[in-house]
Amino acid sequence: MRKFGWLGVAALALAMGGAAQAETVKIGVVLPFSGANADLGHQIDKAFDLYVKLHAKDIAPHKVEIIKRDEGPPTGAQAKTVTTELITNDKVQLVTGFVFSPSAIALAPVITQAKVPMVIANAGTAWITNLSPYIVRLSFSMWHPAYPMGAYAHDKIGCKTAALAYTDFPPGKDSTEAFKTGFEKAGGKVTEAIPMGSPVQVPDFTPFFQRIKDAKPDCMYVFIPSGAHATGVMKAYGELGMRKAGIKLIGPMDLIPDNKLQDMGDAAIGTIVMGHYAVDLNNAENKAFNDAWHKEYGKDSYPDFMSAAGWDTMHAIFDAIKKLNGNLSDGAKVVEAMKGWSADGPRGHVMIDPATRDIVQDEHAIEVYRKPDGKLGERILGTTKAVKDECKALKVGRCGS
Amino acid sequence: MAASETIGTSRTEARERAAEYLVGRHRFRLAEALPWLAAIGVYFIFPERMTFGSQVLVMVMFALSLDLILGYAGIVTLGHAAFFGMGAYTVGLAAARLGWSEPISGLFAAAIVAGLVGFITGWFLLRYRGLTLLMLTLATAIMLQETGNLRSDISGGYDGLPGLTFKPLLGVFEYDLYGHTYYLYVLAVLVVVFYIVRRIVYSPFGQALTGIRENVRRMHAIGSPVHGRLVTVYTIAAAIAGVAGALFTQTNAYVTLTVFDFDNSAKVMVMLILGGTGRLYGAFVGATVYMVLEDYFSKLSPTFWQFGIGLMLVLAVLFTPRGVLGVFESIGKYFSERKKL
Amino acid sequence: MPHFAIIAVSILFDGLAYAMFLFITSVGLSVTMGLMGFVNLAHGAFAMAGGYIVVTLTRTLGVGFVPSLVIAAVIVGAVSVAFERGLYRRLYKSTDLEQVLLTIGLAFMAIATATYFYGPIPKSVPLPDWLQGDVNLGFRNFPSYRAFLIVLGAALIAVLWYAFERTNIGARIRAAVDNRRMAESVGINVDRLFTLTFAVGSGLAALGGGLAIQLLGLSPSFAVLYLVLFLIVVAVGGLGSLKGTLLAALVLGVFDTAGKYLLADAGGFFVYAVTVAVLLVKPAGFYGRE
Repeated sequence: MRKFGWLGVAALALAMGGAAQAETVKIGVVLPFSGANADLGHQIDKAFDLYVKLHAKDIAPHKVEIIKRDEGPPTGAQAKTVTTELITNDKVQLVTGFVFSPSAIALAPVITQAKVPMVIANAGTAWITNLSPYIVRLSFSMWHPAYPMGAYAHDKIGCKTAALAYTDFPPGKDSTEAFKTGFEKAGGKVTEAIPMGSPVQVPDFTPFFQRIKDAKPDCMYVFIPSGAHATGVMKAYGELGMRKAGIKLIGPMDLIPDNKLQDMGDAAIGTIVMGHYAVDLNNAENKAFNDAWHKEYGKDSYPDFMSAAGWDTMHAIFDAIKKLNGNLSDGAKVVEAMKGWSADGPRGHVMIDPATRDIVQDEHAIEVYRKPDGKLGERILGTTKAVKDECKALKVGRCGS
Repeated sequence: MAASETIGTSRTEARERAAEYLVGRHRFRLAEALPWLAAIGVYFIFPERMTFGSQVLVMVMFALSLDLILGYAGIVTLGHAAFFGMGAYTVGLAAARLGWSEPISGLFAAAIVAGLVGFITGWFLLRYRGLTLLMLTLATAIMLQETGNLRSDISGGYDGLPGLTFKPLLGVFEYDLYGHTYYLYVLAVLVVVFYIVRRIVYSPFGQALTGIRENVRRMHAIGSPVHGRLVTVYTIAAAIAGVAGALFTQTNAYVTLTVFDFDNSAKVMVMLILGGTGRLYGAFVGATVYMVLEDYFSKLSPTFWQFGIGLMLVLAVLFTPRGVLGVFESIGKYFSERKKL
Repeated sequence: MPHFAIIAVSILFDGLAYAMFLFITSVGLSVTMGLMGFVNLAHGAFAMAGGYIVVTLTRTLGVGFVPSLVIAAVIVGAVSVAFERGLYRRLYKSTDLEQVLLTIGLAFMAIATATYFYGPIPKSVPLPDWLQGDVNLGFRNFPSYRAFLIVLGAALIAVLWYAFERTNIGARIRAAVDNRRMAESVGINVDRLFTLTFAVGSGLAALGGGLAIQLLGLSPSFAVLYLVLFLIVVAVGGLGSLKGTLLAALVLGVFDTAGKYLLADAGGFFVYAVTVAVLLVKPAGFYGRE
């Protein structure tokens, strides 16, 4: 036995030498922690923290060191300063987060020059991924939910005419344009498009909705930024009795964020949205995700589609760390490692399209209904699998460049 | 010694001192070199914070332009961001739509456009004062922003004009990731702008402005062309704010409609009041203190930093009523009084 | 009823409800600025505080919505006295700019505090049944909540008008707004008067904040997001004038609603265009003093 003792030691030494050195991967998280959109930042941040907490052992012996900075207002300037310093001063190997499109847009030249990957957990303007080869997006583009909704609304919901109402800023225009493209392709007719004020303040939606109510389309496609606007929309819709008047409310899932759904009351019942995530989505990953979320954050706190995207973002990052053995110093290699990445997450099966570095995910038609236990729930009416960003596929406008 | 002789001597002495004061006001004092030395010092001591440093200098220039009208002419406005925005968009649109990307000529263009807008709006609005002027200037800035959003096909709306590239400065100096070049560029422009502002302030024109601020009726009574003077200084201040905006676009290589935000106008005013109005250097102190503290608090607590800033503002008002510079002045006065004894 | 008449009535009704909210929340600011010349930019924070108190009362303590509004108004009114006595009083002789700085600082602190206690997610309140649903007025249904706003607003206006025009205190306030020195010299204790009006104004702001939850939503940024709107109402109405604030609220509320309905493209424009138009012609607002 003793004879082979040294063999054991030698084997152990070899094994340890062959194993990677324990690396600490520095990750910069840039999200709006303060200001009018802080709740969006926090939804994603909670998902990040939860994933890191539960999966830290997966990348052992490596560790991640997360440095958080406030993205600031959606001007892009603060995000740019803060992220540039994360790269130059804190020497992060990867930056992630980014709720606002202007932030990501402002940073594209910086990360290209610095060769640091930017993994987007939210910002949804379609052509962002074209701006730099170092951008990977795990969240969505406005076209992901809106384009399939166009065909679905016409074919399955039976909307022959639709009115569009949107907050007057680029995501609103993108989303309604995407819907219109899909809807008209399927044979529907858009009656009017009403801009509803700036994204900064929640306006009184009543005048806009009243006008649509008077025009009597079959359906009303509404896009508003996630957050306080959604509640306002539902209130106005309910108060004006639009469902009774025969006008169905449809839109992307920003319309019924999971963490505000319970407050929306009866007005929300019957709303159909196209989304890639719902708390009630029936898959194993999502159940585990929800359980872990409630355990950590309480039973009154709900994840939403941004949290789900945040979760998958961290998952993709962790898988890249495993693949590259903790060595994320070459940004191009990190991006290569993430191209074609696929996994099952709370959203179902997701994949990063190697050609565009954008997400490919299932889009579900989701309807709000009242569950037997009295709470509001969402049920899946139908699923379009593996939806790509049609804007880039069809090369519409800026997506074509 | 007869009492009248004593009085006569002190009266002449007083006159002499007054004359000396008036004549000597514009001479450069040693203390004035401090902020510039500090700015250059920052370049060497904190080379990793140049990106942030450039933004601070841009804000200093913006605050300086506000000081001209707020501190010296006494015009209180909530729409100064309009000129910042016009300058920012002049450079942005020139680069994005016209392919004009030479930085220094961009500054001139921005100054002219912003100054023009300042002249036109000033001509109409400067007949009003107080709350009325505040609301009118505020409404102007917002309406400019809304117009930009109406034609978001041109302006890029709130997603802005991305990926602006600018030719190297003077054909030689490139923009780099660490922002070194641009820091010195902004500092150089600030020096030029400051010199201009200083000359204005210590000129007879500047004196007239102070007169208008202190006692408008008197100025009218002595026949001073009050409205003309106000419009002139408003135009100049607008032009300078435009240059600040242009630098903002150049240093960020990006601009969105948020440059016209009310937040922007409010913030620069807060910075100026914090530093001290009507003293030129108040802009330096206020902008630097505010932005450094905002950055510091924001790193300390990304969620609750506003509490720190709010508390600082409250304490500043309670204990430094004439701005941070006011504190320095009090200290200076204290020591000079003691010297006299 | 002809189509355009129905539209007109709709716009008027919605505009009126919105105007009531504007009036209730802004009247305090107008009287404060007119009476004491004090620029209180923390006014939005007082409204926000009222809103959050209503949230706590209704959601955590199960108090009804309407009683919560009253309680919130009383609490904020009482607390505002402490602010006035302890902090604001020191700055009556200060310049406008210093008051701006102080009150903005307070507003920032309020936002951070609200974020700390309530989190950044917007809140809503459970409404009693009679406030949900609609009221049928024959040719069209109107949301009950908005009808409630109009009725409440009208009642408050009546009470305030009576207090202002017909009571002793009201007369004293009007005197102090007109000419403070003169009022003091005839023995009116202007300081105490101001504390009273400040408390009432802040209480009304809190009421407005509570009402706003259903209308606009409540989040920690409320304190500054709508401040500009209140300032516009005050400026257009004229400082220190009840009538002015009411008229301004009506005009702005109806024009904003009409603009959004008829010309959504330029929606936000209207409020500012109306403001500019009024102020160019009547710089001190509808009923302000030059």
